Amino acid sequence: MNLSTLLLITFVASAGAYFIGYTRSQQIAKPIGGVRHLATLPSYYASMMSIWALVPALIAVVLWSVLDGSIISSLVKGALPTEAKQMSQENLGLLMSQVENVAIGIGSIETLGIEYQPAVERLKSLTLVSKQSMPVLVIVILIIGMLLGFRAISPHYNARYAVEKIFNVTLFVCSSIAIFTTFGIVFSVLLESLAFFQKVPFFDFVLGTHWSPQIAIRADQAGASGSFGVIPLIVGTLLISFIALLIAVPVGLMSAVYLSEYASRRVRGIVKPALEILAGVPTVVYGFFAALTVAPAIRRYGDALRDWGAERDIEFLANLAVSSESALAAGLVMGVMIIPFVSSLSDDVINAVPQSLRDGSYGLGATQSETIKKVVFPAALPGIVGGVLLAASRAIGETMIVVMAAGLAANLTVNPLEAVTTVTVQIVTLLVGDQEFDSAKTLAAFALGLFLFVITLALNVVALKVVKKYREQYD
Amino acid sequence: MTDSSNTASNDSMPTPVEVDQARAELAKRRAASLKKRNAAEKRFQWAGRLSIAFGIACVLFLFTDIFSKGISAFTQTYIDVEITFDAEQLGLTPQSTEKEIKAASFGSFFKKSLRAQYPEITERKAKRQLYALFTSDMPLILRNMVVADPSLIGTTQTISMIADDDFDTYYKHSYGKNLGPDEKISRLNEMQENLVHQLVRSGAVKKKFNSILFTNSDSREPELAGIKGAIMGSILTLFVTLILSFPIAVATAIYLEEFAPTNKITDFIEVNINNLAAVPSVIFGLLGLAVFINFFGMPRSVPLIGGFVLTLMTLPTIIISSRAAIKAVPPSIREAALGMGASKVQTVVHHVLPLAMPGMLTGTIIGMAQALGETAPLLMIGMVAFIVDAPSGITDPATVLPVQIFLWSDSPERAFVEKTSAAIMVLLTFLICMNSLAVWLRKRLERRW
Repeated sequence: MNLSTLLLITFVASAGAYFIGYTRSQQIAKPIGGVRHLATLPSYYASMMSIWALVPALIAVVLWSVLDGSIISSLVKGALPTEAKQMSQENLGLLMSQVENVAIGIGSIETLGIEYQPAVERLKSLTLVSKQSMPVLVIVILIIGMLLGFRAISPHYNARYAVEKIFNVTLFVCSSIAIFTTFGIVFSVLLESLAFFQKVPFFDFVLGTHWSPQIAIRADQAGASGSFGVIPLIVGTLLISFIALLIAVPVGLMSAVYLSEYASRRVRGIVKPALEILAGVPTVVYGFFAALTVAPAIRRYGDALRDWGAERDIEFLANLAVSSESALAAGLVMGVMIIPFVSSLSDDVINAVPQSLRDGSYGLGATQSETIKKVVFPAALPGIVGGVLLAASRAIGETMIVVMAAGLAANLTVNPLEAVTTVTVQIVTLLVGDQEFDSAKTLAAFALGLFLFVITLALNVVALKVVKKYREQYD
Repeated sequence: MTDSSNTASNDSMPTPVEVDQARAELAKRRAASLKKRNAAEKRFQWAGRLSIAFGIACVLFLFTDIFSKGISAFTQTYIDVEITFDAEQLGLTPQSTEKEIKAASFGSFFKKSLRAQYPEITERKAKRQLYALFTSDMPLILRNMVVADPSLIGTTQTISMIADDDFDTYYKHSYGKNLGPDEKISRLNEMQENLVHQLVRSGAVKKKFNSILFTNSDSREPELAGIKGAIMGSILTLFVTLILSFPIAVATAIYLEEFAPTNKITDFIEVNINNLAAVPSVIFGLLGLAVFINFFGMPRSVPLIGGFVLTLMTLPTIIISSRAAIKAVPPSIREAALGMGASKVQTVVHHVLPLAMPGMLTGTIIGMAQALGETAPLLMIGMVAFIVDAPSGITDPATVLPVQIFLWSDSPERAFVEKTSAAIMVLLTFLICMNSLAVWLRKRLERRW
């Protein structure tokens, strides 16, 4: 019986339990003069019984699925020959996966070694036991739960209290998932990063100016050690984000100003959703656009400009070299992507400036643009700064555009026409495909992830603080 | 007033002429300044208009660029070839069993049939170039035709054969156009181009709607690659995301708005949700890799794990909009229900929740649209594999539409550019539908109090 059938049975049984509970409560209500003599409505007795059936069985399924793998493998390890038990952690893991393969029929016992026969047999039998006993156990728990629920139905027992209590607990558990997610993120990136910093010194990582994570197979190969200096990545990330903000902030801000201060209601109704289309386009589409349309175009214009400069002996143009994966292309497209983000945040803060400030300014004879520049902007400035910080955090964390349009070459440069790489690009590159969890290469991705998490979190906290502080002034 | 000040004012007292002059001067200066100020006003307005025009131009440019690249992928070039399923040559009879048919050598049969059409091609290299005009899977397709209908054996049929991507690209983009050497997109050599001309003149080449795009999954051959597997993967992943994120998000929103006591834990939950909303998506991929795959040992590349990761990612979005929807339900409704003797839970479940549901659904659809377009976290958990079969369950290896786009955009074959653009068009269509549904739902069902 596979897992989905078992789950289906559990859900159907719990629905059946609802029905049984409902009929039972009406049955016991009849001799005492009807439903109104029960402590609560029949539907609550039914819900209670259904919960009794469902929850323990589900807990059993989840616990079994999560735990059975590790329990079985620890039992199988006991059956390994003694020399295998003294192996290092990694070799033991490798051996275990070979044993597993033999047990499911890939590879033969001869190649593995006949001394592993007991372990394979044990694994086979334990897997079979686990597979057969889980449905039995779950169904037994299901039936016990239903019986307990059934017995609890009595005229004096207020099932509503129990059901509402469980409802409340469920709500609380659901909302605490957010906390678990944060903890999960922090712990996963932190633990792997600590492992990384045992292999690569912290200051080499933070202050190093050379990034080449390839670790050679042989120790005597050139560049054997791999170097993990994060500075080129940070500079690349900041360069691309800066270009993006250079596009997005003026354009986003000015369109927000125009839409909220000048545009008629009709124009706003058309233009605003049109601009918001940009926010709904998936980043992979922007990446494709940047890599196949914008970057080649920039390169073409760059080359044309260079030829033009070479003809006229303008030295600085004649030496122009545009990479086909220039930071400019990625930055431009990323800028376009965050325009609606900046504009909707600015729109909010501009609208939050009280009309009385504007009226006062008009009363003194200021024009509309003077009012905006000298009254509305200063009043909205903290909010706008907050919005820009949020946009910066968005740009720094953006992945697909840079993966597709920016390169892998970790050049330490601020020239927007050269190829640079970013933190997110390296995370993706290091982790796509199969990887072992103990190589410095893989762990480096988690260290970069920690860095990214801390930076974006800090930007967000600061931005939210700034925005909040500003809002309190007028409320 | 003192004497001195009197004299001073008397001395500087302007004559009427001077006053007029000063006034005129002032008026001139005022007019000049007003002109300047009005010009500044105009410039400012134009800056706003230009910004908006830039944004709109970007939207239009993006869409036309994708559209113009992708539209040609919705047709595929077919070549009508007359083929005799010669019983002797195949070693089959109409009574042959499926096993026998599968064992027959359709590869050499296909090549021989083509050679029979072009007896003038004798050189080995030229022959190979002739075969290369057809998709490399053609023998397999012929075999499947015969398996499906063994009575074909011994008959002569006109079969629409799928053209190779090089043929397809040349026919769609360069054929019959007077293009310079730089503009011509063709990987065919002169002999092949002549063959194509010959075929077109004979009326054998046809462009048809490309159903392969929707019925096949990924392939190394552009002309055989389709998005069915990716769409199935996306649907399965979104299904997992939806059934997890909607109940959890609604429960969280209800708890925080209706039940949560004001204490440190509640504050902490709120801070966490707000921060998670701004965490880059790639970090969620790291979480999925480290926790689900490495720690719990769950399988890679499956929609189940993809759904888990996307659930965690979209939860904050849905929670925030669900909370807004609950907040919008006026307190009078709650007070009325409580006044009638309903319990707090009854009030929420029977009255607040139904009224807030349209807003919650809108938020959920927007969250799902976000999840549908997401790529980066799925790369981390291995949903980037080359998978030829469409997944049939949430634990089958799969890929999703955005990841398929990413994979194809990396392919060197030019024909994949139009496939990628076509896949993007399909993805955008889905997204536009979802967002329009959300807007419609908001307009239609949301009540203003």
